[in-house]
Amino acid sequence: MNPLTYEKATSSADALERHDGDAAKFLGAGTNLVDLMREGIATPTRLIDVTGLAQGIEEQSDGGLRIGAGVSNTAVADDTTIRAEYPALSRAILAGASAQIRNMATVGGNILQRTRCSYFYDVAGSRCNKRTPGEGCDAIGGFNRAHGILGVSDSCIATHPSDMSVALSLYDAVINVEGDQGTRSIPINDFYVLPGDTPDIENQLNPGELIVSVDLPAPSANRRATYRKVRDRASYAFALVSVAGSLIIEDGLVVDAGISLGGVAPKPWRATEAEAAIVGSPPIEETFRNAAQIALADATTQPGNVFKTELAQRVIVAVLQDLAGDAQ
Amino acid sequence: MTNIKPNSSSHKSDPNRRQVLAGSAAVAAIGAFGLPVGAQTTAAPAASGAFASLGVPHIRRDGAEKARGGAKFAAEYSYPGMVYGALVYSTIARGTITSLETAEAEAAPGVVLVMTHENAPRLERPEPFYSSPTGMAGSSTPVMQDAEVLWNGQPVAVVLASTQEEADHAATLINVAYEEAEAVTSFDVAAESAQTSFYAGRDLLIEEGDAETALADAEVSIDLSFNTPAHNHNQIEPHAVTVLWQDGILRMHDCSQGVDLSAITIAKVFGISPAEVHLSAEYVGGGFGGKTVWQYHILAAAASQLADRPVRMSLTREGVFRICGARAPTRQRVALGSDREGRLTSLIHTGTTMKIENNSMTEPFFEQSEHMYRADNMHLEIRAGTMDMLANTFMRAPGAATGTFTLEVALDELAERLAIDPIELRVRNEPEVNPTTGRAHSQRALVDAYREGARRFGWIPRSGQRQGYREGEWQVGTGMAAAYYPYKRFPGGAARITLNGEGGALIETAAADMGMGTTTATAAVASERLGIPYDAIEVRHGDNTLPGALIAAASQQTAAIGASLTAAHEVLLAELASLVPATSPLHGLPAAELGTAEGALYSLADPQQQIPLVDLVALSESGTVSAEAQGGPISEWTQDWSMHSTGAVFTEVRVNSVTGEIRVPRITAIYDCGKILNSKLAESQFRGGIIMALGMTLMEGASFDERNGRVMNPSFGSYYMPTHLDVPHIDVGWTDIPDPQAPTGARGIGEIGMSGPAAAIANAIYDATGKRARDLPIRLDALM
Ligand SMILES: Cc1cc2nc3c(=O)[nH]c(=O)nc-3n(C[C@H](O)[C@H](O)[C@H](O)COP(=O)(O)OP(=O)(O)OC[C@H]3O[C@@H](n4cnc5c(N)ncnc54)[C@H](O)[C@@H]3O)c2cc1C
Ligand code: SF4
Repeated sequence: MNPLTYEKATSSADALERHDGDAAKFLGAGTNLVDLMREGIATPTRLIDVTGLAQGIEEQSDGGLRIGAGVSNTAVADDTTIRAEYPALSRAILAGASAQIRNMATVGGNILQRTRCSYFYDVAGSRCNKRTPGEGCDAIGGFNRAHGILGVSDSCIATHPSDMSVALSLYDAVINVEGDQGTRSIPINDFYVLPGDTPDIENQLNPGELIVSVDLPAPSANRRATYRKVRDRASYAFALVSVAGSLIIEDGLVVDAGISLGGVAPKPWRATEAEAAIVGSPPIEETFRNAAQIALADATTQPGNVFKTELAQRVIVAVLQDLAGDAQ
Repeated sequence: MTNIKPNSSSHKSDPNRRQVLAGSAAVAAIGAFGLPVGAQTTAAPAASGAFASLGVPHIRRDGAEKARGGAKFAAEYSYPGMVYGALVYSTIARGTITSLETAEAEAAPGVVLVMTHENAPRLERPEPFYSSPTGMAGSSTPVMQDAEVLWNGQPVAVVLASTQEEADHAATLINVAYEEAEAVTSFDVAAESAQTSFYAGRDLLIEEGDAETALADAEVSIDLSFNTPAHNHNQIEPHAVTVLWQDGILRMHDCSQGVDLSAITIAKVFGISPAEVHLSAEYVGGGFGGKTVWQYHILAAAASQLADRPVRMSLTREGVFRICGARAPTRQRVALGSDREGRLTSLIHTGTTMKIENNSMTEPFFEQSEHMYRADNMHLEIRAGTMDMLANTFMRAPGAATGTFTLEVALDELAERLAIDPIELRVRNEPEVNPTTGRAHSQRALVDAYREGARRFGWIPRSGQRQGYREGEWQVGTGMAAAYYPYKRFPGGAARITLNGEGGALIETAAADMGMGTTTATAAVASERLGIPYDAIEVRHGDNTLPGALIAAASQQTAAIGASLTAAHEVLLAELASLVPATSPLHGLPAAELGTAEGALYSLADPQQQIPLVDLVALSESGTVSAEAQGGPISEWTQDWSMHSTGAVFTEVRVNSVTGEIRVPRITAIYDCGKILNSKLAESQFRGGIIMALGMTLMEGASFDERNGRVMNPSFGSYYMPTHLDVPHIDVGWTDIPDPQAPTGARGIGEIGMSGPAAAIANAIYDATGKRARDLPIRLDALM
């Protein structure tokens, strides 16, 4: 870790003012950033602690919720409104990391956590286009069990590791940011960008922009949702595949469907075509199988992750069948 | 689910009885025990109350200290002027360093020294295991003596700085350039030139009869191949050492499993006498075979010498992965031939593993196949290839961990083909005497362990049909396997007993306690042997200035300490005899006719004739009576007897039919390990081994990138081991039959837990799903 200074921001305006260029970085709980600094991947010389800001979870006049960027993951998962109205979000968070990390980790930091690709982490010994653009990608041809099969490119096959963001994607959350140029609101499904040949660019945030909150649209009546995560051990492991799914069923037909995938893509992967294929159909296995196939139609695999295509389809079907079963 | 805890009751048991296990209460037998059969010729006054030590579940002596944070580990010693070390590791598997840019690091804040092969002191190559009786190093690879790189991760520079952070930062400022040479980092390539190997002084080749022909002619046969990956050690305490050169002595606070051998090995590297090295390791945060001599010791001492400063070198977790070796990968073949009744006519267990040029450690994965089952013909052979990688080494249950996996899966498959219950197949092949040496078993009650395990687990006998069933998405199955680990006792054990004037005793021995409770067990053995209350026994250990050259390895240290105490006790009796006053009826009795019990010296012939030990100690000139001796010859297992621990492991497994996820909700294991000296410690050892085996079975493995020989998961975040949620209730029990040939009746318990669960789980997976998994780890994609 290189020498650095630490300071605590008192307000978002104060944080923005202190952020004076590339050498500065906002610090959430540090559960990811400090690791990245220890490994020499992130090398800020000025840390601006933003955990004191934006603490509340507040109901909005439109019936939605606004979650402050500094709220802990645990506080979000435990919130009674979230547990009742946005159960997939609560479940997704609880499926992630460990209780200790969730107690510390912030919403803003969770959204911006970086990939767990082991070659990305190996600064000394491996090539990585995300770290050093143009140098090559050692994950291709190496260990890529954790890597993506959708939205990946020849220059990077890394996944975004967040569970929480997959559920936020299902609920069409909107990320509110503040920067020198004022405030913006970016739907989470547009927030992350695919790697293409610039895998170092991961999202729409401009340098120095601060996430201040996340909005959840008002819950839809009769919508059932859940989150299912598949991993290599029972706890404390990132998703190989995860599915946030939702259904609204009326008169024996699906009128609304949501599918967002984790562990398979550089971003929470919203399977919009698959969703469209379900709407208007009866909530039966065949409908879901068909949708799952559509969702994975464009999968490109590596030797280490071929199984993910089949696994993702199976989990999509199982999640939707569960929701359909619950609805009956 | 059975929830019987083996320590839930306590009653007196008869050490002679062959038939224990009538019920869990009998398995739980942990009463006040006499000395083991054979070790005692005349009845001593019965041990009772404060004098009952063996078999009593004493809590760990170091427990409170550790819980309070008061126990001082190697990286917690400080000296004035001490600096901190950080290492730079190579990023190529083989080649030559062409340039080392160190100027920026040298100029960085706090930096005291940058050491590379260009300025390191000239050192001898370390002596690896088996190269000499005292070799304790992982390899003989020179330590920073030239520009040659021999593995990806080899230390190429050491930075010393005033703080750990400064050292770590400066290490990142060093630029190393290499000229790469062709490296062998592929198992397949290295396997092409693999040779029949040797281990611990013998060739890894056993042929009896013509196993291939017998296999071809067998009425029923199976022929299977297996893969197991390399593993890394992940002791909770990463390797660390604090070093100081002072008054001609190299003082090292280490985390060694064998302080004496470590000190000798390090002394030889520096060309000094072992008496000039004072190495201690009072607390060790886990060893498992990995806390031996690795490059960091030598680099820390060399840098300390060069900088003339005390040095603390505490490896990062990545550092442990880069420079401290562990279990080598294996490819194994197990082929079994039998007649229709299941009598083995052919047992073939062969395969290939990897080592490096500079070590002699070949993973001995056929050992259980040598000793577990009778077979008319056998072919056991291990070939080793050499790769350009970090030296492999011992890791909990070397050989048996993966070897019992393959053998015991094969037996399950054979049982199925024969339509015989897997327990019954094993019982039918239970050997009367050792199948390869012909020696008599010193004690063996494996069949009892099978029966008791089956009873406690609720094993449903099967004859060729799977018993698995479905519960919603989950496929549920059960499986069993045998466990195996050899008894060993290494030479070099010694102990000193000093009686004080208050009725207590001090035991000193250079043994190691890596957290398994050595001091606790030693105090109990000494208490029993001396007839001095457990609480009045003090144990000093973990320091090379103490008697003996012990190593906590191969589950043999307790036996080695027991033998040392027996020998020292004999000398002590002679010392005490010489102090007996002329007025006493005990006067003139030779030591052989005396014993100690309940705080007194007594006549074996007439136990009523006693003199309190305190009275005798009061008569000595120094106010203490001291005796030191080496443990007796180790022929009990090297020449005379077949001495092996065994066990029976049963598991229930659930496999998700959608995702292939595997859960293990239930494990029962019954061990036949001789006498259990302390049920609390034993339970922890067994459970710990089983949990480690669970990890080996379902998730553990080094991601060794064969393109460049680099381990790609050098952290807890990516090298998976079981979490609490992965670990079920584990029901353990034991036969508790003393081994008449082992010094305390105990054969050792540290490693056997690692053997058995992998096969029991794989067999249960088959029972649940109909799928045979032959490669470790067994992960969900294998079962989808
Ligand atoms: C061992 C381990 C296991 C884990 N397992 C899981 C898992 O299974 N599933 C999962 O989803 N996650 C997992 N995590 C990741 C964990 O969820 C993240 O580390 C955590 O959410 C990050 O939050 P933080 O507040 O600590 O962020 P930090 O580490 O402080 O910051 C992360 C990034 O966000 C930036 N940042 C923080 N706040 C703001 C803000 N308000 N505006 C702009 N930028 C900001 C920082 O500059 C930094 O770049 C795991 C982590 C660890 C260490
Ligand atoms: S997959 Fe992406 S993050 Fe991983 S090494 Fe390749 S470029 Fe880097």
